[in-house]
Amino acid sequence: MFLLEVRNLTKRFGGVVAVDSLSFSVSAGETVSIIGPNGAGKTTVFDLITGFHNATAGEIIFGGSNLIGKKSHQIAKAGIGRTFQLVKPLRGLSVFENVLVGAFARTGDRGEARRIADDILEFTDLSSLRDSQADGLPIGLRKRLELARSLATGPKLILLDEVMSGLNPSESKQAIELIKRLRDERGISAVAGVEHVMQVVMSISDRVIVLNHGKKLAEGRPEEVASNPEVVAAYLGKPD
Amino acid sequence: MRSRLYLLTLAIFLLAAPFMFTARYSQHVLILVLLYVALGSAWNILGGFAGQLSLGHAAFFGIGAYSAAIIASKTGLSPWWGIIAGPIVVLPIALVVGWICFSLRGPYFTLATIAVGEVVRLVALNWSELTGGAVGVVIRTSGFSGTSKVPYYYIVLVTAGATVGLCKLISRSKLGYYLMAIREDQETAESIGVDTTKYKLIALAISASLTAVAGAFYANYFLFVDPTIVLPLALSVEIVLMAIVGGLGTVAGPVLGAVLLKLSSEIFRNEFAQANLLIYGALLILIILFMPDGLTGGFRRVAGLFGRKPRRVSA
Repeated sequence: MFLLEVRNLTKRFGGVVAVDSLSFSVSAGETVSIIGPNGAGKTTVFDLITGFHNATAGEIIFGGSNLIGKKSHQIAKAGIGRTFQLVKPLRGLSVFENVLVGAFARTGDRGEARRIADDILEFTDLSSLRDSQADGLPIGLRKRLELARSLATGPKLILLDEVMSGLNPSESKQAIELIKRLRDERGISAVAGVEHVMQVVMSISDRVIVLNHGKKLAEGRPEEVASNPEVVAAYLGKPD
Repeated sequence: MRSRLYLLTLAIFLLAAPFMFTARYSQHVLILVLLYVALGSAWNILGGFAGQLSLGHAAFFGIGAYSAAIIASKTGLSPWWGIIAGPIVVLPIALVVGWICFSLRGPYFTLATIAVGEVVRLVALNWSELTGGAVGVVIRTSGFSGTSKVPYYYIVLVTAGATVGLCKLISRSKLGYYLMAIREDQETAESIGVDTTKYKLIALAISASLTAVAGAFYANYFLFVDPTIVLPLALSVEIVLMAIVGGLGTVAGPVLGAVLLKLSSEIFRNEFAQANLLIYGALLILIILFMPDGLTGGFRRVAGLFGRKPRRVSA
């Protein structure tokens, strides 16, 4: 029984097929990365799963029920969190309040929500910035806040759109560490969209899916994918 | 602790005010200020917290006022029933308006609300059998004998106090945070489980109902309604000004805005005769130039200069 099962998912924008009959699945507690160059369809897949776009065809089964036709907020409540490629902090609110809004998805009680928010800030190591305005944070911290806000809703699965883009090496290392802890400490599945084939990302993934022009080019354990000649040719350049 | 002391002092002042200001005109100004505190605060729930800038709130005010006047003239009941009937009439209208307008975003939403305000005004102007058309509706009496303004003062004080109190409650609740999330970014809000359509409708329903209550009070106070008094676009604009000048999305903002703008407009009217609007306009420009976040933002910055830690660190 998979946590998430995507079957023959297709999305056309006019004449452009952004996602072409894509099928994949994610088990509970699994970390999967979707790699592919810019325009491969990663963000569209995330937008389809979270209801920001309507699929042209296909099924998205999460925890046994079909998500097709559901609204974004219903999908969030069902247990799928997401971050955005272009981070979207709630600018006028503090770091704490950003996370607090997420926590209200689990409870209407203010005290309980505050407790959840503080726990998440602790987990994501943002406690020291609790009262800073979200607007003023540097990109690395904004990305982490994005993840924290989504985590506060109590997701079973979290979709991380371009988790690594724009991060410097030390921020990347922290981000990787955090994704690992999602699985190890909280049992949350993650699907990370990554533009470049990054050894670091692959190293924490249980499975890697390679997308190209909206189609699945390859899938497998990181070392299998990394040595797949087709993938190597398309993404890593041909070896000399 | 200190803020409680301030609140207590303010409450005592407000309760004693009609005995300190015994002139009928002063009491009239106090009543107007409090009426606009209620209107600005009610608008702020939708416009400030949820970021949906409505320029059609005169419609809800007018419907509340007409409810009171029509009840009194057609049924002979007390016009005070308008305070209950106003929101009941306004609610379904607000929900239909929201259902149509909330699919529009930003300036398009605002334009649609202007249209709603105009539609309601034209209906009132032309549905003569019900509204009296351009002639309006006269209420013979609101039930208070004599000419004292004191009962009205306490009624509007309760109305304004309840509206501001509700804003305070909302600002600390799940509803308040959801509205602020909608204001900042609707997609983000959806991604963390906020049913943006539902919460915008809730904000509109509360905001419109409270505005209708204020409208019903107005009808009882002035004993006369017509479309140019209770339904003009200028009224919608004035309500918005209170909130923007005071500070959008803050509880204290519309209160400070109403006090400053209503008091100054009355003072200018007495002191500067024909030039009063010129001076009033200059004041607005100065505030918007030097306090772009409104009075509350300005005070916060001034407090920061004197070494008090501002509650929010701005970027």
